[in-house]
Amino acid sequence: MRIHADQEKCCGAGSCVLAAPDVFDQRDEDGIVVVLDAEPPAALHDAVREAAAICPAAAISVTD
Amino acid sequence: MTTAQRPQEAHHAHPDTPASADALTVPATRATGCPFDPAPTVERARREEPVTRATLWDGSSCWLVTRHEDVRTVLGDPRFSADAARPGFPFLTAGLRELATGTRASRTFIRQDDPEHARLRRMLTAEFMVKKVEAMRPEVQRLTDELLDAMTDGRNAADLVAEFALPLPSLVICLLLGVPYEDHTFFQQRSAVLLSLRSSAEEARAASDELLAYMTHLAEAKRERPDDGIFSRLVARGELDSEEIASMGRLLLIAGHETTANMTALSTLALLRNPGQLARLRSEPSLIKGAVEELLRYLTIVHNGVPRVAVEDVTLGCRTIRAGEGVLCALNTANRDEAVFPGGDTLDVGRDARRHIAFGFGVHQCLGQPLARVELQIALETLLRRLPGLRLAVPFEEIPFRHDMGIYGVHALPVAW
Ligand code: SF4
Repeated sequence: MRIHADQEKCCGAGSCVLAAPDVFDQRDEDGIVVVLDAEPPAALHDAVREAAAICPAAAISVTD
Repeated sequence: MTTAQRPQEAHHAHPDTPASADALTVPATRATGCPFDPAPTVERARREEPVTRATLWDGSSCWLVTRHEDVRTVLGDPRFSADAARPGFPFLTAGLRELATGTRASRTFIRQDDPEHARLRRMLTAEFMVKKVEAMRPEVQRLTDELLDAMTDGRNAADLVAEFALPLPSLVICLLLGVPYEDHTFFQQRSAVLLSLRSSAEEARAASDELLAYMTHLAEAKRERPDDGIFSRLVARGELDSEEIASMGRLLLIAGHETTANMTALSTLALLRNPGQLARLRSEPSLIKGAVEELLRYLTIVHNGVPRVAVEDVTLGCRTIRAGEGVLCALNTANRDEAVFPGGDTLDVGRDARRHIAFGFGVHQCLGQPLARVELQIALETLLRRLPGLRLAVPFEEIPFRHDMGIYGVHALPVAW
């Protein structure tokens, strides 16, 4: 799995951080998404898919 | 209210819809049955005609979208504008219309589109990000305990709204913003007028102006003597003029008051009405995070819908929404949609409710949601732990529900322990 987060689209609501805290974080200056691990282990895939599904700005995409 | 005071009405009329098709009104009347359920007319629309016409309080009409998938589509699609200055934009109350259109100063980013919306919102995203809000847990816990200490001191009954549910988020947002809590009666009253379905345009305008004047005054004070609140930081950035600062401060203050307070009281009531769920949450406190998501889903206090206006023709389901037509997204029926939440009319604290859209969806999704979550988790966990005998002090039928307000909840919640 490979994760791409579009920082232009992100509206900083933080849902991804709650859904997958090992994979997503927010930049200190402006709360915009940062990907901590762009190729996370299989155990985190479900959480990442959930994060992508609930992201209100459709900023997270995932390729397998 | 006279017709002369409703100049926008003509814009809203839908030319090719016969009057009879507009039988659905918003705010819709709730059934005599369960007060936690969406109005039956809107529920029926979700099942039978998920994209339908509705009539608003001022006689204007708009589209009403009721399913989870369609609501996500509308709120996530820039072809639907959040700009309240566009003709056709649907307003749920005179107060909300006043808030959005009264003067240039009263415009806020929640009623604007990108790039202006993003520019203003991004000045605040760092303030409410997850790790910053998580770090506030000890402070929120301290305030929660102090309020409960005061409420239970030598007594065994109180109004949970007045003594706990409202003061807690109010104290927190005042602390965060740098607004003196001593003024709380002043801004709580004004924000109630702005959100009441019963306020006239004049009352709403007066409340709106008074709040703006208050925030402008405060901004000047922060310029002189900055503190470490959000408001001072906005002033210090130097990017916003006084009007923009005042309207942003007012928005945060109102949003911080009306939402978490009602979720706290309504959640408590919903749990008291569902003793099995209450017992489960008490015996498994680790469920609290998921339970808060489920309560957000089940109760969805923004119960009259989120407004947008189409900027181009868009086909949704088998309906075509024309450019310039208003759309209301019913978050509460979307959050009961069986396609996403099987058995959605049942409160189940063990459910995975994370796909709820109680905070809205799209780039306007609630900025303060990490804060709301922390407050709700701490408030409910502490309340249930500290008051094992918590119960209603009056019959359920006597609880005054906020049928008259833009944000659902209860006006008072008499409890005993
Ligand atoms: S959920 Fe989406 S919009 Fe929110 S912080 Fe994460 S990437 Fe940004």
